[in-house]
Amino acid sequence: MAQMTMIQAITDAMRNELKNDENVLVFGEDVGQNGGVFRATEGLQKEFGEDRVFDTPLAESGIGGLAIGLALEGYRPVPEIQFFGFLFEVMDSVAGQMNRIRFRTGGTKNQPITVRAPFGGGVHTPEMHADSLEGLIAQTPGIKVVIPSTPYEAKGLLISSIRDNDPVVFLEHMKLYRSFREEVPEEEYTIELGKAAVKREGKDVTVVAYGAMVHSSLKAAEELEKEGIDVEVIDLRTVSPVDYETVMESVKKTGRAVVVQEAQRQAGIAANIVAEIQERAILHLEAPVLRVTAADTIYPFSEAEDVWLPNHQDIVEKIKAVVNF
Amino acid sequence: MTILKHVLESVENQFETFQILNEDGKIVNKADMPELSDEELKELMRRMVYTRVLDQRSIALNRQGRLGFYAPTAGQEASQLGSHFALEKEDYLLPGYRDVPQLIWQGLPLHQAFLWSRGHFAGGQFPEDVRALFPQIIIGAQYVQAAGVALGIKKRGKQAVAVTWTGDGGTSQGDFYEGMNFAGAYKAPAIFIAQNNGFAISVPREKQSSAKTLAQKAIAAGIEGIQVDGMDVLAVYAATKHARNRAINGEGPTLIETLTYRYGPHTMSGDDPTRYRSDELNSEWEKKDPLIRFRKFLEGKKLWSEEEEAKVIEDAKNDIKEAIKKADQAPKQKVTDLIGFMYEELPVNLQAQMEEYQAKESK
Repeated sequence: MAQMTMIQAITDAMRNELKNDENVLVFGEDVGQNGGVFRATEGLQKEFGEDRVFDTPLAESGIGGLAIGLALEGYRPVPEIQFFGFLFEVMDSVAGQMNRIRFRTGGTKNQPITVRAPFGGGVHTPEMHADSLEGLIAQTPGIKVVIPSTPYEAKGLLISSIRDNDPVVFLEHMKLYRSFREEVPEEEYTIELGKAAVKREGKDVTVVAYGAMVHSSLKAAEELEKEGIDVEVIDLRTVSPVDYETVMESVKKTGRAVVVQEAQRQAGIAANIVAEIQERAILHLEAPVLRVTAADTIYPFSEAEDVWLPNHQDIVEKIKAVVNF
Repeated sequence: MTILKHVLESVENQFETFQILNEDGKIVNKADMPELSDEELKELMRRMVYTRVLDQRSIALNRQGRLGFYAPTAGQEASQLGSHFALEKEDYLLPGYRDVPQLIWQGLPLHQAFLWSRGHFAGGQFPEDVRALFPQIIIGAQYVQAAGVALGIKKRGKQAVAVTWTGDGGTSQGDFYEGMNFAGAYKAPAIFIAQNNGFAISVPREKQSSAKTLAQKAIAAGIEGIQVDGMDVLAVYAATKHARNRAINGEGPTLIETLTYRYGPHTMSGDDPTRYRSDELNSEWEKKDPLIRFRKFLEGKKLWSEEEEAKVIEDAKNDIKEAIKKADQAPKQKVTDLIGFMYEELPVNLQAQMEEYQAKESK
């Protein structure tokens, strides 16, 4: 076992898969000699050569098309989109092309592509670098969206994503890259996609979150413990498809729920979870299900972002509201 | 700024239209005449005639409601089939929506092409030895994908190329530049074909770009570009063969602009070409017709006769009749079939939806 940050665990997962399968290719802007702007691909080109780990010209749609074409030739591409805010440039490849190929070929061709991208706010990036756009992709059929919240899970989920025979968008919250270390096994392991994890057990209220908001939710839960409120925290880990079973099991137990997302409120992942809870578990509910989200504005880089982003205090308030309903 | 103007002119003047057969079917460029046997020359003619019949029948079938989406091909036979004739079985095709004939001559059974037109999943289940993606609907998207296929071919060390077709409108897309630029940067074995039929639906070529030729757009990507008489099947063949040889030899991609014309509407989904094209323009291009020109050439060599042509037309009609029958026999596609094609393993949400539709469809 080694102590790793999330970004080290991500590098380790790619190293593992580059070793494991010669069809795995890692590429993107600055991922070669430079090791990526966040150093996610640090040392990989040196270890596996330029044929397997390489720089691309600066064009995201080109990177998406390259991945699709390489997959058609039997490769297992792991392209990096330097910041998820550049999703719009590669949107056709991700939401109009790679996700449709299995369907359009009647199951005869697949696209085992893992699109990795840093996302999320709170690290004072320039405009278009911090947006939480996972909802756009989660609404797209034919693609999975995975968001790890810890180093251990990042490694296992990324290995599973790369081995998956369908396209996966793997989103890495920038604030979590180096925020803490934990024990990560050096050997390979996988974590099943589409399975949520109960990060903290509790009996009074369920908090559903993903990405950096898992940590804010855990902090809120700790604070509320002192006031005698016992909070259960669920980390979705995969936001498409969603593990509703784990969510419903918890909600049926607690009878109260708060859903947390860093993204803007409208038409998001949280709205979807709330809708499913009311369809499947309304008779178990003791209070309305509330959401903690950012406001429906453009991401306010970067002076106002700390106020704009949901924090553990916002979560505490909403939990109290459902408990005291 | 006269220096810049001078540079631009000197660049543009390099892109003269490459031609081998003139409108009278006479060889005007003996030096570049491709080495094709008499049998191969006849095969080219056979394919063009067959494809013209296929187009006429497809339009009729579409009007009868027996085909779905259809983009007419008449006029573009030399451009489509001349380029395809230079390819090999191991090459990978990334066609645009009008480029169904290339898929058929690559080995896609006719009834599957009809099923593709109807949106039936069986139309996308290509035989394993047909190395191709289904026709692209998003203009230009196939260009970036072709760069990827070509890079894959290069990494595998295969003696093959990735070939893609778009239209004149496609050359205005960002993906057009990105695809050529990526393939150029990796010296990947790709052939990019821009079939310039003069109109992107209704917008004339002059309104797409200030560039005098579309072929010159290759220069910015640092790759070779060539403008070809797209009504001259020998010129299109020779240019594509040249591009393929370059690609196989590791010299990187080529952009080929074919000057051509579609006689019909953009697609059969309501386009009315009389709104943007004149009768004069139509007849001007009909004089350049690829079939008339090549027929004259072959007749001059005593390689083609009316009887042979009648036989091809007859064969095509019979094949089409059989194929549409076969397409009609395909099982009606069900939503549950389609749900099953979404992922390798069905996620929970689709499992539940699968059950819903199974119940609906069993009623």
